[in-house]
Amino acid sequence: MEVLDRPLPRATFEDLALPLFDQLYNFACWLTEDTTEAEDLVQETYVKALRGFSSFQAGTNFRAWIYRILRNSFLSSRTGLKTMVSFDEEDSVVIESPETSPESALMELADRERVQQALEELPVHFREILLLCEVEEMSYQEIAETLSIAPGTVMSRLFRARKALRVLLEKKLQGKTHGM
Amino acid sequence: MACDVGREKLDAYLDGELPSTDAAALSAHMRGCNSCALDALERVQMKRAVATAGRRHEPSAELRAKISRTIAAKPQSSRATRRWFWILAAPALLVLVLSVAVNFYVSRETARRQRIYSELADLHVATLASATPVDVVSTDRHTVKPWFQGRIPFTFNLPELQGTDFTLVGGRVTYLAQTPGAHLIYQIRKHEISVFIFQDRAETQNFAAGSANALSFNIDTWTQNGLRYFLIGDVGLPDIQSLSKLLQDAK
Repeated sequence: MEVLDRPLPRATFEDLALPLFDQLYNFACWLTEDTTEAEDLVQETYVKALRGFSSFQAGTNFRAWIYRILRNSFLSSRTGLKTMVSFDEEDSVVIESPETSPESALMELADRERVQQALEELPVHFREILLLCEVEEMSYQEIAETLSIAPGTVMSRLFRARKALRVLLEKKLQGKTHGM
Repeated sequence: MACDVGREKLDAYLDGELPSTDAAALSAHMRGCNSCALDALERVQMKRAVATAGRRHEPSAELRAKISRTIAAKPQSSRATRRWFWILAAPALLVLVLSVAVNFYVSRETARRQRIYSELADLHVATLASATPVDVVSTDRHTVKPWFQGRIPFTFNLPELQGTDFTLVGGRVTYLAQTPGAHLIYQIRKHEISVFIFQDRAETQNFAAGSANALSFNIDTWTQNGLRYFLIGDVGLPDIQSLSKLLQDAK
């Protein structure tokens, strides 16, 4: 495969970056949990990406590259720095396995609002990997590039993220049942 | 857990990340293991629920315009040449900004369409995989159509199928972008075709009528009397279009 070693022309940046605008904004909102901060984050991302585009290597994954810029910008923001605690404590997170029957979970999962609430309550490192996998439909390799982690870690973190989400949904279901 | 297949492996399988030999072995295993098959179904439902719930935030038009300007802006030039540059480049810059805006719109619409198609393909597959794919089981349109009364906020006509290869299997209420609609299943030569009918709202407006292919399914869509129809199935496009024609002519 031929790999270009010269910077890509600016028109190519538009072609690559514009279709990702809606998704980047959605992802930024989920990270920051604040629309104003998300708008600033997306703007900062586009400015940084445009400025650094000459260093982007043609043939590599642009989507993972620009998501990495957004995520790194978030992590260095004031809100992002606060979430660093949950990143550092990732390995110590203990998730109790829920005693959930598939049928009861299915009933619960049908409720979009409750899934959104559960996603909000997840630690950021679980929330972001679930969104990259399910909403952005990124491959494990792309997720690994975006989060700067090993592909094996993607698999195990995703597994734990899903487990944590299931626990939260199960708790919500129990709360709903008790409240009735 | 009734068997020793790791759930992490099952997740990787459903994410399409398992090597083909492992995927084939797990697929064969699931055909005989109820526990794994049920768990897989629940996990697919959860993937779908997260995918739907995760698409939550839409950027404002102002932000879109700001980003357009950022991308279209030229690099800084020296002060001496800057004024002349702007005088000469302003029309070109305007064209560039407009083209970026148009590009934005087109790419956004394409992404929106793909998202809807993908969601419909998920609904089609999940329904067929379900133990009870339809809530009203009948080949009679005069049974199926009245069943929807009071369950969805509109009514529709179903075609007479006598003399055609199509059979009506039944229907159920479904949701697309939190909007209720009708999901009908038709059969032709042992293949199922899903017919989705919704009120034509913001989420589906401006879809051009016509056929498409998404995730290897053939799709047809059109609007009629304020309703948006989608047909999706793994049969050839001529079969999809024949059923579309029957539905369009239904009285």
